[in-house]
Amino acid sequence: MLLIPCPYCGDRPEIEFSYGGQAHIARPPVPAALDDEQWGSFLYGRDNIRGPHRERWRHSHGCARFFNILRDTRTDLILASYRVGDPLPETGAS
Amino acid sequence: MNDMQRYSLFSLVRHGLRNHSGWREQWRAATPKSHYDAIVIGGGGHGLGAAFYLARDYGLANIAVLEKGWIGGGNTGRNTTIIRSNYLFDESSSLYDHAVKKWDTLSEELNYNVMYSRRGVMMLAHTVHDEQVFRRHIHANRLNGVDNEWLTPEQAKAYCPPLNIDPGVRYPIIGAALQRRGGTARHDAVAWGYARAADAMGVDIIENCEVTGIDRDRSGRVIGVQTSRGPIRAAKVGVSAAGNSSVVMGMAGLRLPLESFPLQALVSEPVKPVLPCVVMSNTIHAYISQSDKGELVIGAGTDVYTSYTQRGGLHIAQHTLEAICEIFPQFRRMRMLRNWGGIVDVTPDRSPIIAKTSVPGLYVNCGWGTGGFKATPGAAHLLAHTMATDAPHALNAPFTIERFRDGHMIDEAAAAAVAH
Repeated sequence: MLLIPCPYCGDRPEIEFSYGGQAHIARPPVPAALDDEQWGSFLYGRDNIRGPHRERWRHSHGCARFFNILRDTRTDLILASYRVGDPLPETGAS
Repeated sequence: MNDMQRYSLFSLVRHGLRNHSGWREQWRAATPKSHYDAIVIGGGGHGLGAAFYLARDYGLANIAVLEKGWIGGGNTGRNTTIIRSNYLFDESSSLYDHAVKKWDTLSEELNYNVMYSRRGVMMLAHTVHDEQVFRRHIHANRLNGVDNEWLTPEQAKAYCPPLNIDPGVRYPIIGAALQRRGGTARHDAVAWGYARAADAMGVDIIENCEVTGIDRDRSGRVIGVQTSRGPIRAAKVGVSAAGNSSVVMGMAGLRLPLESFPLQALVSEPVKPVLPCVVMSNTIHAYISQSDKGELVIGAGTDVYTSYTQRGGLHIAQHTLEAICEIFPQFRRMRMLRNWGGIVDVTPDRSPIIAKTSVPGLYVNCGWGTGGFKATPGAAHLLAHTMATDAPHALNAPFTIERFRDGHMIDEAAAAAVAH
């Protein structure tokens, strides 16, 4: 079980959280302007990174707030935790 | 073509008389050549099988399978070996039943006992909704010629005596769907059998060879791969890399609708035969069977986050064991010997992709999520067909990458609500 650093509450066990997948996928401002390829890619395409991965979590059974973490998917080590809108931490990936 | 040492009762006796000193290794430890007609990336059951069918059924002579670890060390050796084809949609039941039919003759074709056992797969219904969903599946399956039948709790108990059908428990069993042709097979033997048979057809099986890049010419066509053992040229490359599919396909600039999750399984200490079939429960999320060694083989759900670590959280396994103890109270005192995780690549609609890609010469077999083992012979054959003919077989034609662009989902995730 991961020990997840909520930027509002501190370290809490994984079972208090919900996972939100890859972070920073912005909804296109004008969806109708996209062709099918771009829209399909927005909906379903994922980087699925093997390495430092920016991802959304929600502290569902705590403060209930969304935030982001940077986690290395090769080791599950959490490298950084940051609030929505904070500057992005460096991935350290080559 | 290499001379394969055939296994039979006669050869067993003959080698026994020589104190078993004459057995040869099952496949050569091949070193990479500079050029192949076709390369398959990934030495699991799907990849080895694809190489075998390319050589046997499609006449390709110069083939290599590249495996970054060892044969059968990935998901092929990490799953719970359940085989069934009772999927809801026409496309899915045709695809999975293609594989189930190939399991029937696989041991003979490979001259290797894969221990396929049609012991039946029973899916338990605990709620009215479960019953409605399963009955819908049964009707859809029967229209597609796939066997699946409804059992009352008493009939389920008669087929699988250890079941607890007490109506007073928290999730009582109100019925079950049974696919009698479903069952299990020995997962390692599937990988080894395909490896040995492919090797005998001249396929080079190259272990400890990690692909690090996919080379393309100016037009974008695939011309070979870079590996940890040097560059290898090939005009056709098939990717069958399971949890690492996104990573490998990324080398050709393709971004797929995949996420890789850890999926855990565990086995108990071995006991005498106690569980005659496979039992699955989607509502309380557990599946269990007994291996021929006597271990109870138990599968959990995926962990919630993407990962490549091949391990998961203990609370996931605990949740599954609680469910098992609910259905089978007599297993409460059994000790678990090992647990492990594999990395499964999951698509948004929980159906696989077996297709040509937008890169000429590059083919992919991925997205099997939590249920790829059952499809091994079928997926292998269809990947081989797609690579050899540069066009999909009718059975895998709907399983494209483009369905996520066009919206033609094969949505087993929502409609089946099953633990694949």
